[in-house]
This record gives sequence, C-alpha cells and structure tokens, in this order.
Amino acid sequence: MVRLFGPLVGLFFAVALLWSFGNGAYNAVTQPTPPTAEALFHKHPKEVAFSFDGPFGTFDKAQLQRGFKIYQEVCSNCHSLKQVAFRDLGQLGYKEAEIKAIAKNWGNKAQTFDPKTGDRADRPNLPSDHFPPVYYAGQGNPPDLSLVAKSRHGGAQYIHSLLTGYVDQVGYKNEAGEELLKKFPDAKTPDGLYFNPYFANLNLAMPQPLTSDGQVTYSDGTKATVDQMAMDVSAFLTWTAEPKLDKRKQTGWPVLGFLLCATVLAYLAKRNVWADKH
Amino acid sequence: MSFPWANEYKPSHPLMKWVDERLPLPRFVYSAVGAGYPVPRNLNYMWNFGVLAGFALVLQIVTGVVLAMHYAANSGVAFDSVEHIMRDVNWGWMLRYAHANGASMFFIVVYTHIFRGFFYSSYKAPREMIWLLGVVIFLLMMATAFMGYVLPWGQMSFWGAKVITGLFSAIPLVGTPLQQWLLGGFAPDNAALNRFFSLHFLLPFVILGVIILHVWALHIPGSSNPTGVEVKQESDTVPFHPYYTAKDGFGLGVFLIVYCGLVFFAPNLLGHPDNYIPANPLSTPAHIVPEWYFWPFYAILRAFTSDFLFIPAKLMGVLAMFSAILVWFFLPWLDTSPVRSGHYRPLFRKFFYLLVVDVLVLGYCGGAPAAEPYVMISQIASMYYFLHFLVILPVVSSIETPQPLPFSITEAVLGKDEHATLSPATPAVA
Repeated sequence: MVRLFGPLVGLFFAVALLWSFGNGAYNAVTQPTPPTAEALFHKHPKEVAFSFDGPFGTFDKAQLQRGFKIYQEVCSNCHSLKQVAFRDLGQLGYKEAEIKAIAKNWGNKAQTFDPKTGDRADRPNLPSDHFPPVYYAGQGNPPDLSLVAKSRHGGAQYIHSLLTGYVDQVGYKNEAGEELLKKFPDAKTPDGLYFNPYFANLNLAMPQPLTSDGQVTYSDGTKATVDQMAMDVSAFLTWTAEPKLDKRKQTGWPVLGFLLCATVLAYLAKRNVWADKH
Repeated sequence: MSFPWANEYKPSHPLMKWVDERLPLPRFVYSAVGAGYPVPRNLNYMWNFGVLAGFALVLQIVTGVVLAMHYAANSGVAFDSVEHIMRDVNWGWMLRYAHANGASMFFIVVYTHIFRGFFYSSYKAPREMIWLLGVVIFLLMMATAFMGYVLPWGQMSFWGAKVITGLFSAIPLVGTPLQQWLLGGFAPDNAALNRFFSLHFLLPFVILGVIILHVWALHIPGSSNPTGVEVKQESDTVPFHPYYTAKDGFGLGVFLIVYCGLVFFAPNLLGHPDNYIPANPLSTPAHIVPEWYFWPFYAILRAFTSDFLFIPAKLMGVLAMFSAILVWFFLPWLDTSPVRSGHYRPLFRKFFYLLVVDVLVLGYCGGAPAAEPYVMISQIASMYYFLHFLVILPVVSSIETPQPLPFSITEAVLGKDEHATLSPATPAVA
C-alpha cells in the first residue's frame, strides 16, 4: 500500500509545485516586479567600533554617562525608557546621592492616586521608580527606547547611523550613482516626515535630533560633536537594552575555561577506557 | 530483552541487596544505561546525539521551571515580566538565554540525530517502532517550541501565533471555527497566551514520557551501528558503561562549549530582533518568520503559490508542510533495501547528500523574505524533498547493487574475526 500510494502522493506534490513554479516564472517574465525605492536606496548601518564589541568588549562607563546626558537632554523629550529604573544608573558609576538627585529633578513626575479621595497627583521620582512615561502629542509614535538596540538589525551601529544619517533628499544618490528623485519622482518625502536613508522606508517622523556640535555640554570635557553624541547615546541605549552585558561576558570566560578543561579530561578518560578496544 | 552475555546486576552491599529485592530500580538502570546494556563496539560520534538530545530536554525543563516562577502569562504584563527576568531576577538573564538558546541546541542535536537515522537507515526492521516514536517526539517538540516562542509576547510571538494558527483556517468548512477554538478568540490574545503557557509547561513532560517509550523500544533489538550488520557475538559489543558513558561524556563537553559560547557571547544570534518589540496587533512586521528550526518547513508552506486543481494554494501549502514530516512515518516501508548503512549503498549515499543540501537550501529560503528568487528556489527544493522520500528512495532501493558487507562488527573494527570462516566471502582456513 505504502509503495503504491507513496509515489503517487510524491508526484501529486511535485506536479502542484511545478504548477506554482510555472505560474511564478510566467508572472516573473510577463510582469516583472520593478525594484522599490527602499530596495535601491536604503543603506545598511555604518561600520563603527564600540567598546563593547566582541567577546572581550565591555561598557565604557564615562561614555554611558555621556550617553545618558544625551538621553536626558534630547531623547527624553519624546521617548520613554520604561524598562529602566533610576536605581539602575548606579551601574553607570553614579553615587547614591547623585541618583536621588537625578530622580528627584527628572522632568516628568511619578503619578500618584489617592484611593480615598480619588485625586490624582504628581510626586518627584524615587530611585526605585522606573523612568516615567512620556506623553507625546505630535506626529508619529515615538517608541520606548529601553530595548531599541536589541530590536533593530544592527543595534548600536544602526542607532548611530540613523542619528547621523539625515541628509537632504534633493540630489541624494546611492552608491550606484542613481539619483532617488530622478528614478522615483513619487518618492518625495511627505510633509511632516524626514528623509533618512538608514531608516527602513527612508522617511521617518522624527526630525534630526542631534543637529549641531556642542548641543549638549559634557562635564568630562569631551568635545560634543554630532558624531560623538550619536556614538555616546548609542552606547547608552545598548546598556539600557542589555544591562547585564559585562556580567554575561565576565561569567562566560571562566565557564568556557572550565568546560574546555573538563572536555580535555573527558577525552583523555574516553581514550583510556577504550585503549584495549581499537 | 538483551543479549545473553549481558552483565547481570549483582549488588554487593547489603543495603543494595535489600533495595533490589523490594524495588529493582538500580537493576533497571544498570541494564538500561549501565554495564548491563551491551552496545555495538563500533558506534561513531553520530551516536552521541541521542544522549545529547535527552540532556537538552532536561536542561530545558530545569531552566523552564525556574523561568515559570518569574514569568506572568498575561498579555498585559508578559513582555514586561520577561524584561523583569532579564534585569531584576538574580541570574535571570542567564536562565532566559540558556532556555532560548537551549531550544536551538535541542533542535540542532535532534536534526543531527534524525539525519543520522536517514543515513544509517536506523528506521528499518526491527527498529521501526523506535523511529515512529522518534517522529512523534519531533512533532511534540515543534508544538512545544512554537508555543514557547509565543510566551514573551513580542511582535514575532504575536504574528507567529497568528500565522501558525491561521494554517488551520485553510481546512475546508471547519477551518475558521477551528482556528477560533484553538485561539479562544478571533486573534491571539490573553486566552491564547494562557493556554499556550499551560501547554508549553505540559508538553515537555509528555515528550519525556515518549522518550521513555523510545528508549524502551530501543532496548528490544539494541542499538544499530554504522555497518548496519546486526550484533552476532559477544566480541561485537561492549558494555554501555564505561565505554559509552565515557564517550558521551566527551560529546557532552563539546556540546556544552558550543552552547555556552552562544549563551554568554552571542545570546541573540539565533533570535529575531522584532521579538524585542512588544506585541502590537495593529502593526504587522515587514517579514514574519518563525524561529530558524522551522525554516525548512516554512519554505515548503510558502512554496505553493497557485491553486492546484480545486485545491486553494494555502490548503496545498498546509497539507504539504504537514506531509513533509508525516512522510517520515512511512520511511521504514518506502526504503526496501535490505542493507541499512549508507556506507554500503553508493547510489543511496549520493541522494542522501543531495537531501542534506536540499534541506539547507529550504532552510535558507524559509528565513528569507517571500520574494523572488527565494520562492522559486523553494519550489524546486520542495519538489526534490517530496520526490526524494516518496519516489527516489523506493526506486533506488530496488535498482541499487549494494557493496559487500563485513561479516560482523568485530571484523569491521579489527579487520579479522575468527568466526568469519562461516562467511562465503572468506576462504576457508586449511
């Protein structure tokens, strides 16, 4: 039975696939899909090096503090950071008193609700609070940034490229030398959106956030160029997405070292046991 | 059953004698995975993967049970509870990465185990039942892994659940009500998340039960081996312990090095970034893809792009995807060659390697966007997949001339066997 019906079933699927293939091939020839503007003009993130790259890389706390300052003064106007608590800033090297002050002076306050009177009110944030929600009335829907470095292909490199990648759409050419608006006159960025070739569909609602050198004053004397600020905030957002990165790698090395020794011993034990059987 | 020369369990300590008379559990273990189980002496490293799969299951259960202590299966808080595990639970990040990458390692090991079975025809008589139970385990694993991936309630969780349960809606007449019944609603939501969590907790223990049957069935004829020649005499076997416990110990070390390399240095390598975005029913991801271990089957599902006869393309895809696994159930009866091992089957061997490449190509296409040329490549590759199992294998079995087999396992290992005078291929000793 199996030997009779098996080949029939196999041929049935094969013919059905051939039919799909034939239709697909016919359509591909008669109505080829033209390449989209996104496919031709979207750019992959720039290759930049971060201190936490590779199996030995660790966070640079001074850089994370600078990045936090960018978040505080620029990003936090529109973007929340709800998975992170103020107390977590201790990992960046802030002292307890500094964290208390940062939490207390944070622009958006924590919300309270009195169940007896039904009154809602604000209170200053505490170190144990998570970063408060941010309400944004403008166009677009600013995503929460806690996990942004892990939820985008390219991670920190992508964030850096996006922040430094705003260009004038008029006259913009890709690597092949094709001009976007000549090839796709309909692809003009709509009002209220901004052109950025690193964004998946080339236009996003966020205006260029880091516009000029010295937009933020660093307390450690680092020169705040646009590129430096973009690097710092990308590093900071990698930390918010993966705060245990240093601990993870620190744990990994002794674990691998132990396993390597144990595996060599296991191999020698195996050879010893098998010595008379080969 | 075991071979007559199997070592017998002889407890020496009075306490163990006392236990053995009342509950012979130590005797059972001794005969199952101890010195009382004679195993062919010529097993290569491909035979490590059964034990590794068992280890991977235990790892998933241990990490999973602890994760379940901190996870909240409610669509409002599930995503945040996973982040709570990653940030605030002591070593929670390690548990979660160990569980997520443990699933990948489990599938790597099981796929190797299955393809070992293909090459050495481990499914042939008298081992059909072991094979059938193995396919059941694989199906249960797929269901468990799918439901586990839904639990973090990220974008891929939600849309994956929507697409996979949507497959059932392709069934004529009852499809849509069936999908709604499975989900407990019109789209994945809290009801679906809760039942998936419940089943994700239950199924691993069902898998454990079927593994016990799988190993039980294995102990009836005993392990197969790379020559495919059955065990004939005591010199063909060695006791499982210490020979294969030692060899499995080494294999386990290599497994753990690869696994810990992933967990500690590339924990998100095999995952999809979109699953770090909370589920949003109003925003469809650009490319919905399942986890990598489903890609070959996903490619087969998407290869059917045109209605065929009276059958809608979607239904064809669903039928083909399930058939791609169900066909394994019929392997023992499709491959009729009396020779088991691919080492002695020159023609079969070529098609086997073609199948390996074919499944890798399918996997690559399944992970790629549903666009040309990937769809056309998947169509060709799916065609080969079905023809391989259902047409090529039966034909090859009947036309192929196998190479001569060794007289015994002992001869295959040592190059000589004093009992080999019985073999007509060996000249009689004067």
